[in-house]
Amino acid sequence: MIRVMLPTHLQRLANASRETEIQLEGPATLGAVLDALEAQYPMLRGTIRDHRTKQRRPFIRFFACGEDWSHEPWEVQLPAEVVAGEEPLRIVGAMAGG
Amino acid sequence: MSGVRVLVGTVKGAFILTADGKRDKWQVSGPHFPGWEIYHVKGSPVNPDRLYASQTSGWFGQVIQRSEDGGKTWEPAGNEFAYEGTPGTHQWYDGTQHPWEFARVWYLEPSPTDADAVYAGVEDAAIFRSTDCGQTWQEMPGLRSAKGHLWQPGAGGLCAHVILTDPSRPNRLFTAISAAGAFRSDDDGATWQPINKGLHSEWELPDPDADVGHCVHCITMHPSHPERLYMQKHWDVLRSDDGGDSWYEISGDLPTDFGFPIAVHAHDPDTVYVVPIKSDSEHYPPDARLRVYRSRTGGGEWEPLTKGLPQENCYVNVLRSALAVDALEPCGLYLGTTGGQVYASADEGNTWTPIVRDLPRVLSVEVQTLL
Repeated sequence: MIRVMLPTHLQRLANASRETEIQLEGPATLGAVLDALEAQYPMLRGTIRDHRTKQRRPFIRFFACGEDWSHEPWEVQLPAEVVAGEEPLRIVGAMAGG
Repeated sequence: MSGVRVLVGTVKGAFILTADGKRDKWQVSGPHFPGWEIYHVKGSPVNPDRLYASQTSGWFGQVIQRSEDGGKTWEPAGNEFAYEGTPGTHQWYDGTQHPWEFARVWYLEPSPTDADAVYAGVEDAAIFRSTDCGQTWQEMPGLRSAKGHLWQPGAGGLCAHVILTDPSRPNRLFTAISAAGAFRSDDDGATWQPINKGLHSEWELPDPDADVGHCVHCITMHPSHPERLYMQKHWDVLRSDDGGDSWYEISGDLPTDFGFPIAVHAHDPDTVYVVPIKSDSEHYPPDARLRVYRSRTGGGEWEPLTKGLPQENCYVNVLRSALAVDALEPCGLYLGTTGGQVYASADEGNTWTPIVRDLPRVLSVEVQTLL
C-alpha cells in the first residue's frame, strides 16, 4: 500500500481525501504509482502529467522523504519508506508567483 | 414561471445567479470550482439543465465539468484535447514559426439541435467537437488549414474565443480567433474559410486588408436573422448582412470604437450593444465612465446607457465574453467587469443594477432564459 498526498485542488476534483491509498502489484516506481492513481481517479488524468507524452506538468512536484523526486525518470523505484507505507508520496503544486 | 440563470466565469471560480422573470431579486451560488480559472460556462439550448464549464489552472491544466441539474452538482467530463495529425506550426510573436500547443478551452458552445453535442474553442486556436456530452473530443482540423501557418497570437494568446451556431442551418459554424480573424464552415466543420472581407487593420497589419491576421475580439449573430452578424474588432465595430461574406464599419458616433464584447438584442436584429474602451493601450472606459452604447439602427448611430453604471473613477474592463442578453420581454442584459461586478438590466439597457459587486475578475457571462 502506497500513501499519496494530493494538493487541495486535486482532492476536490477527485472528491478524495488529502491522503489516498494506492494498491500496487509489481515494482513501486513513480510511474506505476501515478498509473494506479489515475486508474483509481480517472478525472486526474491530464492534471498531473500529459495524457499522451506522460510528461510532468511544469508546476507539479513530487516529494518523498524530504527529497524532490520531480526530475527522476518514471522507472525510478520509490524509497523503501514510501513502499512500506511509512511515508507518503506528496504531489505538490509548485510555488509560482509572487 | 419564467426566469433567468446567469452563468459567470471568474478567475477564481464560477458563480450562478438566478432570478424570476422580473429580474429584481437574485440568488447567488458559488464559488463552484473555487480557486480555478473558469473561462466559460454555458448551457444546452436543447436541455437547459445540462451545463458545461471550462475549468483551467496553470498548475493542473484543463478540466471540463458538466452539470445535469442546472449547476447544482457537477461531474468532471473528458479533458483530452489532442490535435489531429501533426499539428504543425503557426507564427510566433517574433515572426518565427511555433508548434501548435494546447493551452486551455476559452469557449464552449452546446449544439442548438443535439443535446449530446458540444463544441470547444481552444488555445492554440482550434475547435473540438464532442458528441458524447463532453466525454471525448475530436478536433475539426479543417479550421487550421485556413492559413493557420499565418496566424499569430494576440496579447491573450492564439485563442478561438467564440463559436456561433445557426439553428436554421445546422451545418454552418462561425468562429473568431485572436489574432487571425473570423472564419465560417458550411459543411459541419469539415472545411473553413476566412470571412474577413471589409475588415481594415491599418495599424496592426502590413496589409490592412489581409485575408487573415485581423484581431477580431467578438462576433455575434441574431438567431432569427442568421445572415446578420456583428463584430467588435480590436478597433472598429462592423456588421455583415450576408453571413460574413462581407463586412462594413458601423462605428459611427461611438466615442471610441475599441472594445471587446458585442451583443445583439434578442428580439430586434437592428439593436446592438457595445462597451467602448479607451484604447488598445488603456483598457478602461473613456472618461472613467462605464457606458454601454446601444444602436437602434443596426449601427452608425449610438446612444450611451449610463443609468446605474459607475460614472466616475471607473477603470474596469468588460471582457469579450462578458456581455449577454436574455430572451425575455423586455430583453435583459448582463455584463461582468474585471473589477468583479455583474450588472443587470431588465429593460433593454435603459437602467442597470449590480447583482454582485465583489466577485473575482469576471471572464465570462452567459444567461439562460428559463420558461
